Amino acid sequence: MKELEEFDKIIALSNELRWQIGDDFHDDLTEAIYADAAKIVKKTVVQNSQKGTLGIDAKIDNIVTSKIWGFPLMLFLLGFVLWLTIIGANYPSAMLSSLLLDIVHPFLKESTAAIGFPWWLSGFLVDGVYLAVAWVIAVMLPPMAIFFPLFTLLEDFGYLPRVAFNMDSLFKKSGAHGKQALTMSMGFGCNAAGVVATRIIDSPRERLIAIITNNFSLCNGRWPTQILLATIFIGAVVPESYSSIASLAAVVGIAVLGIFFMFFFSWALSKTVLKGEVSTFNLELPPYRTPVFWKTIYTSLIDRTLIVLWRAIVFAAPAGAVIWLICNITLGDESIAAYLVHSMDGFGFILGLNGVILLAYIVAIPANEIVIPTILMLTVMVTGISAGSGSGVMFELDSVSATADILKAGGWTLLTAINVMLFSLLHNPCSTTIYTIYQETKSLKWTVVASILPVIAGFIVTFLVAQIWRIIF
Amino acid sequence: MKTTPKSACETCAHHSLENVKKLGVDITNVDFVIALAGNPNTGKSTVFNALTGLRQHTGNWPGKTVTRAEGAFEYQQKKFKLIDLPGTYSLMSRSEDEEVARNFILFGKPNVTIIVVDASRLERNLNLTLQILEITSNAVLCLNLMDEAQKNNIQIDTRSLSKELGIPVVATSARSKEGIPELIATISDVALGKIICKPHKIKNIPPQLEQAIKKLSTAIQNQYPTVSNSRWLAFRVLEGDTHIIEALKTGDFS
Repeated sequence: MKELEEFDKIIALSNELRWQIGDDFHDDLTEAIYADAAKIVKKTVVQNSQKGTLGIDAKIDNIVTSKIWGFPLMLFLLGFVLWLTIIGANYPSAMLSSLLLDIVHPFLKESTAAIGFPWWLSGFLVDGVYLAVAWVIAVMLPPMAIFFPLFTLLEDFGYLPRVAFNMDSLFKKSGAHGKQALTMSMGFGCNAAGVVATRIIDSPRERLIAIITNNFSLCNGRWPTQILLATIFIGAVVPESYSSIASLAAVVGIAVLGIFFMFFFSWALSKTVLKGEVSTFNLELPPYRTPVFWKTIYTSLIDRTLIVLWRAIVFAAPAGAVIWLICNITLGDESIAAYLVHSMDGFGFILGLNGVILLAYIVAIPANEIVIPTILMLTVMVTGISAGSGSGVMFELDSVSATADILKAGGWTLLTAINVMLFSLLHNPCSTTIYTIYQETKSLKWTVVASILPVIAGFIVTFLVAQIWRIIF
Repeated sequence: MKTTPKSACETCAHHSLENVKKLGVDITNVDFVIALAGNPNTGKSTVFNALTGLRQHTGNWPGKTVTRAEGAFEYQQKKFKLIDLPGTYSLMSRSEDEEVARNFILFGKPNVTIIVVDASRLERNLNLTLQILEITSNAVLCLNLMDEAQKNNIQIDTRSLSKELGIPVVATSARSKEGIPELIATISDVALGKIICKPHKIKNIPPQLEQAIKKLSTAIQNQYPTVSNSRWLAFRVLEGDTHIIEALKTGDFS
């Protein structure tokens, strides 16, 4: 009791003193610190001349943060990184999938048969769990192993803060924090990582905006979907010599559209439920540093690529099991999957999608990477065309044109492809990201908002596109 | 086989890293706890990696480390646990990263705090340094990015800087591991009490404010004789820092 009295005395004393010293206390203290710092520097530091790397840095900054060149350069770098990723990932992806799917998979099937596994057990383990994991590795590892190191090199060079600088005024106009540009960029790699990175934002209001809108950054699990669909459908509507440019432009377009939605929802949130002042902050533009090349490659492979891959595998394995089960357990004379697909077909049509796509997105909540293989598998099952390796078996087709044939047999048109690309951008975050959002906000309400908001946006956008498309064509 | 040293330098304890064992994340049974603080973008994580042998990702943008990372190293049979705090410009605001850094230095009671500063931007970096020196007395200034400072023709008199701040100053270029052996030896000396720090306290404070701080810190010191940084606590209480006020109320400084 006595201690509490003493404590109250201290608080009373501080309140009284605060009266005496006035409001400028904080500023006085800060000024005193700066005065001391200036004095110490004067005694100890000799600056010989202004020359050196500071001059070169300023010259680079004049270009990369200029009003004219800033944004085009950003788009160009994004396009270039994507182009390298698309081109570079093709060969290792093909090699991995022929190894994991054409050699290891039949081998596992034969071995499990040889040691007498019942069909359902080997189906569940080999066709379900193993194939999902193999798929994620084959599709995800090569683009990540290229995208993350490239991104890290840009980061180590010092480009990211310049992006934040360029976009600051746009963020301010939408009522969000300028540092959101950094967390948004992280989201292009992985939304869960982007959500964690929002800790650099001081104000809880602006941090929430950054968390909720991070999902509009097209993450690594969704790039392959975009690239595949753009190659099959968008590339096909222009003359062949332009097809790779057209598909690249479509993918960049989707990414930019995501940025647009991020601004739009930041603005909408800050005008409605998350009203408040935009806080000011100092963003230091760090000096450009030549990245230590091999070390950067190594750490980004270990720290980012493998960790993200591992997490995807952990989530893909049970998803593979679920896919196999819903395709092989029958209710009446239909499998659960067929039943679900048919019951969602009507709603899918309104959105310019179909039941297969909607079911695939439900099954693939744990990992965006398995959306396309799930769609292919379900399409084959529903249409009854002969391809793949039996019901509930996820697969990828070696040539892009074979994939196109299956999708077209499933009733896909250019509209379907465009709307799947849009829906891939605008749907709920993956379960890892949802969990991370809950960890960071500790609020069920905001977790639900962050998960539902993009889906609603996706429904509205695909609905509008489908209706307008059907009126025009 | 006995090897003959090539120069006098090589016989010096400071020269070789032979005594240093990088322990990575093995942080059991440590003798000393070392905090690593500093402004964003001063190469703190690079220093952390150089000391622990870990490969925590380093990135060239402010605020990259948002959580604290831990690692360890062993030097002359003593085990040091190293905690990489989020990079901050000050310890006086309320963002999550600054609170993590502030609370650790204040309540985690590290044996030594390493303050990493960018040699080319010393004046700006001293803001945080002087704030840390108000909180804790055992500190080492790691004057990092010396290679860049040299490129920019900046010369720093480390001896008088050390005298001004009252703590040892070690010049390093952590990317090329330059100065890291000296840094380790200095950390060890401070931890073992071989070097006694007499940290700079903020001068230039208006007299009225100085008096108020003195009154309040005396009151705090009387009530809580165990706290070592009553002056800083007085600053914070005057500022109305709810976390600190709560800590005073419960007497729970952890």
